Amino acid sequence: MFRPYTPKGDVQKKPYHTDRFYVPKEIAQEPITDEIVKDDLEKLERAIGDTKSFFMRNEAIVYVPAPKNKEALALLRSLGYEQLMELSAIDYLATRGELEVFYELLSAVKNRRLRLKVVIKEKEAIESVADMWRSANWSERECYDMFGVIFNNHPRLSRILMPDDWNGHPLLRSYPLQGDEFARWYEVDKIYGKEFREKIGEENRDPARVDRNDTRNFARLGYEVGVGEAPKDEITPIKYVEKRSIVLYDDFDPQKQKVLDKRK
Amino acid sequence: MAKHQIDYLSSGGLPIALTTVDKLVNWGRSNSLWFLTYGLACCAIEMMASGGGRFDFDRLGTIFRASPRQAEVMCIAGTVSKKHAPFVRRLYDQMAEPKWVISMGSCANTGGLFNTYATVQGVDRIIPVDIYLPGCAPRPDTLIYAAMMLQRKIRSEPMNRKISAKRFV
Ligand code: SF4
Repeated sequence: MFRPYTPKGDVQKKPYHTDRFYVPKEIAQEPITDEIVKDDLEKLERAIGDTKSFFMRNEAIVYVPAPKNKEALALLRSLGYEQLMELSAIDYLATRGELEVFYELLSAVKNRRLRLKVVIKEKEAIESVADMWRSANWSERECYDMFGVIFNNHPRLSRILMPDDWNGHPLLRSYPLQGDEFARWYEVDKIYGKEFREKIGEENRDPARVDRNDTRNFARLGYEVGVGEAPKDEITPIKYVEKRSIVLYDDFDPQKQKVLDKRK
Repeated sequence: MAKHQIDYLSSGGLPIALTTVDKLVNWGRSNSLWFLTYGLACCAIEMMASGGGRFDFDRLGTIFRASPRQAEVMCIAGTVSKKHAPFVRRLYDQMAEPKWVISMGSCANTGGLFNTYATVQGVDRIIPVDIYLPGCAPRPDTLIYAAMMLQRKIRSEPMNRKISAKRFV
């Protein structure tokens, strides 16, 4: 038995990545076919109004108006969707100028899942559901920490992952991965104060970079002095003369050469 | 008893050992290094393994202590997040002098693979480090070797060395 042969002559010519910034196509929205979910969503529509629901890859998704999120979740909970599996946000600020907050619900009795979404503007507040689900308490804090979404009537809406005095919300797409000016100097500013920035220096984010002055303030590489001598400010130039442990001869050291005044 | 009748060999060699105070103190210091455990991420598992029976860190005289007041070596094993940096510094300040720091693993040395906003890019930005231990994660043998290097370093430095030049504040 041999594997079928495929010619590999042009493998090198084919690009591995066709588009680095590939934007996937939107998944098609399908009508809701599941009877149980359809029933529940109709009840929701009657009670709340102005909902929009569809299937996406066999997942039921329903959009409700942002001010009515708690009302809608309470109704769905009474309909059997009793577990809040997940709560977070998606940043569409660059494309649509809005954030989507989603709630993933699971009904164990009906064996169905449902995703409820609300659309809000940046820094817009929505109602907290921390009193309905305990898991919502820290999920909402995390959502606030990472996206800046404000939840009204939350028992303690403070940062949970980042330090309390952090600047900015890191999961927004506008936040640089390696941090802004504040993030780059956070620990230095906090521990030593801003005036030590110059002494300690920028973060070295290139793991391959070797700079003998990097740790100057601790190790003072290149500023070594002899025993008992006072510390000096000028750096010792690197000489590429290595001493080999051969007894009979020494390597030529250009620093030590001396021109004789007179022939011996 | 006459001098020539004393059996020196039976009492373990010569009756007198000559040394300097520096050597005596450093000998004591280097053989009783008490580590402040500072396990922050996966490297800490390797640190724990070195303390276990298989690698037996204690045979070097090292003991892991959970209190900074009784420890003299801080072994930073793992990823230091920026949120955690002030606490690392506070514990370092609380340790009694003289004190040494081992930075264990790529994360503590340079931020490692976490080249992001939330990770301290090298613990030497907040505290002075004596030994950088490379690897991700370094094996327990490496930590034991680092402890031995540290012992060698301690034995070679003056007893009352000044460490002010290494500190910012
Ligand atoms: S250096 Fe590697 S093993 Fe150690 S904490 Fe970082 S990721 Fe984990």
